[in-house]
Amino acid sequence: MTTDGRATPRAGVEVRLENLTRKYATTTALDRLTLTLAPGELVALLGPSGCGKTTALRLLAGLEQADSGHVVIAGKDVTNVPANRRNIGMVFQAYSLFPHMSARQNVEFGMQLQHVGAAERRERAREVLDLVGLGPHMDKFAHQLSGGQQQRVALARALAIKPKVLLLDEPLSALDAKVRARLRDEIRRVQLEVGITTLFVTHDQEEALAIADRVGVMQSGHLEQLGPPTEIYSRPATPFVAEFVGLTNRIKGDVRGGAVTVRGTRIPLVDPDVTDGPATALVRPEAVSLASNGEMEDGPLVGTVIAVAFLGAMSRVTVDLGDTIVLAQMATSAASDTPAGTKVRLALRPDPVLIQREEPAATAP
Amino acid sequence: MSAAARPLEGGRRLSLSWIGAVPFFLYVGVFLLLPTAIIVGGSLLTPGGTLSLANFDGIDKPYMFKAFASSIAISSVSAVVGAFVGALLAYAVVTGKPDGILRRSVMSAAGVLAQFGGVTLTFAFIATIGTVGFVYVFLQQHGIDIYPNGHVWLYDLPGLTLIYMYFQIPLMVLVFAPALDGIRPQWREATDSLGGGTWHYWRYIAGPLLFPSFLGCTLLLFANAFSAYATASALLTQGGVILPLQIQALLTSETGSSQPGYAKALALAMIVIVLVVMALYTLLQRRTAHWLR
Ligand SMILES: Nc1ncnc2c1ncn2[C@@H]1O[C@H](COP(=O)(O)OP(=O)(O)OP(=O)(O)O)[C@@H](O)[C@H]1O
Ligand SMILES: [Mg+2]
Repeated sequence: MTTDGRATPRAGVEVRLENLTRKYATTTALDRLTLTLAPGELVALLGPSGCGKTTALRLLAGLEQADSGHVVIAGKDVTNVPANRRNIGMVFQAYSLFPHMSARQNVEFGMQLQHVGAAERRERAREVLDLVGLGPHMDKFAHQLSGGQQQRVALARALAIKPKVLLLDEPLSALDAKVRARLRDEIRRVQLEVGITTLFVTHDQEEALAIADRVGVMQSGHLEQLGPPTEIYSRPATPFVAEFVGLTNRIKGDVRGGAVTVRGTRIPLVDPDVTDGPATALVRPEAVSLASNGEMEDGPLVGTVIAVAFLGAMSRVTVDLGDTIVLAQMATSAASDTPAGTKVRLALRPDPVLIQREEPAATAP
Repeated sequence: MSAAARPLEGGRRLSLSWIGAVPFFLYVGVFLLLPTAIIVGGSLLTPGGTLSLANFDGIDKPYMFKAFASSIAISSVSAVVGAFVGALLAYAVVTGKPDGILRRSVMSAAGVLAQFGGVTLTFAFIATIGTVGFVYVFLQQHGIDIYPNGHVWLYDLPGLTLIYMYFQIPLMVLVFAPALDGIRPQWREATDSLGGGTWHYWRYIAGPLLFPSFLGCTLLLFANAFSAYATASALLTQGGVILPLQIQALLTSETGSSQPGYAKALALAMIVIVLVVMALYTLLQRRTAHWLR
């Protein structure tokens, strides 16, 4: 369509989900979900089990019908277009390769349905299989390939039909951790290379933050927050997002004048327009540091280390403050001089925090 | 220490499992291998005890050809029709709710009905569509004659084929359902997303995946009908129409001229046919084993 002379034109199109609602007998899987993907963008949908991620993806693919709302791809309303005419590539969680076909035959199948000539089919199959690094294995069958290799073939198969949009539903969840991280980066590289608009569904926050241009955090059928990974992590819009993405400490405090005072430390609020009074502050473990030198007079932030968890470059220290337990995360080198049993003083970095009220305002039934 | 103990442990486990399997091997030996050995021996030896093919002499008589042909015909027809109907039924059951009441009831009914046969089953058919059966009489009263021109086919090969269907269809449901269970919904959805429709899915995906298993199950049904005896014996008054009845006739001749050697030769021929069919069945099942896990 666009012939601006670039060697690899961004093939992506805009995708809009507008007010999508889908109800099953008793559950509302999707509740007026609205989401726009920019051309060539990778959006990760992140959320707990049952929040409607798969449903959103299936509505976009046309494998499921919406009760109301619209799906618009490249400016065209495809809400009533059946799945096999939407030209969307899909990668499923697992076991989606046709078992009686070799990797190459799997990849060629979609092109065969598009009546692509045999010679071109062969060539393009080789191209996409090379793209996902499986060229040498193209004559193997699914049962001769590892889980990660199977998912690469599935990705190649989805891309071979030159789809407008690529959808992936937890494509890595059946793989072990090491393969998962490698293939995740691989998917991102291929996606950038092809420039295809992509929706990636996962319940793994690390995966979502690592791979996406923007992350959409979902809860009970709607988007809680949509934004770049750094924003989702460091400026969560709601307590749900704060708790779902990363770990949080819940520490009691007192709100006054747009800031919350937590155990003697004043911390600014993300949203300063809240009424004064008692509240729980949500503090990231990285915002908590500790010192063990000098006099340890009793104070609100003095406690005892009860555990140190080694996470590689980082370590997580669990500190008992008497009436509450606080997690602190820091470089492993910094944590090594505070083994369990050490008396420490905590310091809270004044990054803006979210608060949660003990009794949330009653919502209308 | 532990390295030395390991083989010992392994040995103990082996001997224990051996003891557990003894009743099974005894059972197989007494009820399967021994009769087979008797048949093989009896068919290849003369009464005098010398090795000979004399017992197979009469096997090329025209009435023997006819019995072979009839046996193969009813087995094939009941297997093919049973396979198609059973496969459709299995498909309906499997695509329903996995733990639904339909599935559970059909599967357990099939488990029971597949074992049905003999006098009970024959009587059930005679009592319903026999010449005094209530269904026959009811249809007769409403102007429908299922035996036109007075040809009561129920007591003939068509009737036997029909009655065989009664256990062939449930058997097909039982043996074919696992293959259908192995078909993953992702394959249908992948076909859809690649631009294919229902036809493409059945033509290129589900069809090729299920066909070997379907063929294998049909062969199993064939063997099942081919070796069935009790039902035919109860239904057909005229002896020797199909092979098992022919063997029966040779063993219990009313004129006192029973020919056990000849009967054993026929039985051996049947065993060979069933073995060949079952070998093909196993081959076909193995072919799809890693597809439809
Ligand atoms: N076919 C269906 N029939 C009935 N309810 C369904 C069906 N599909 C989904 N649901 C319900 O809709 C809700 C959303 O389901 P969905 O599969 O979209 O969740 P998800 O976010 O993908 O979860 P997971 O991480 O477990 O895959 C769930 O409560 C689920 O039980
Ligand atoms: Mg899901």
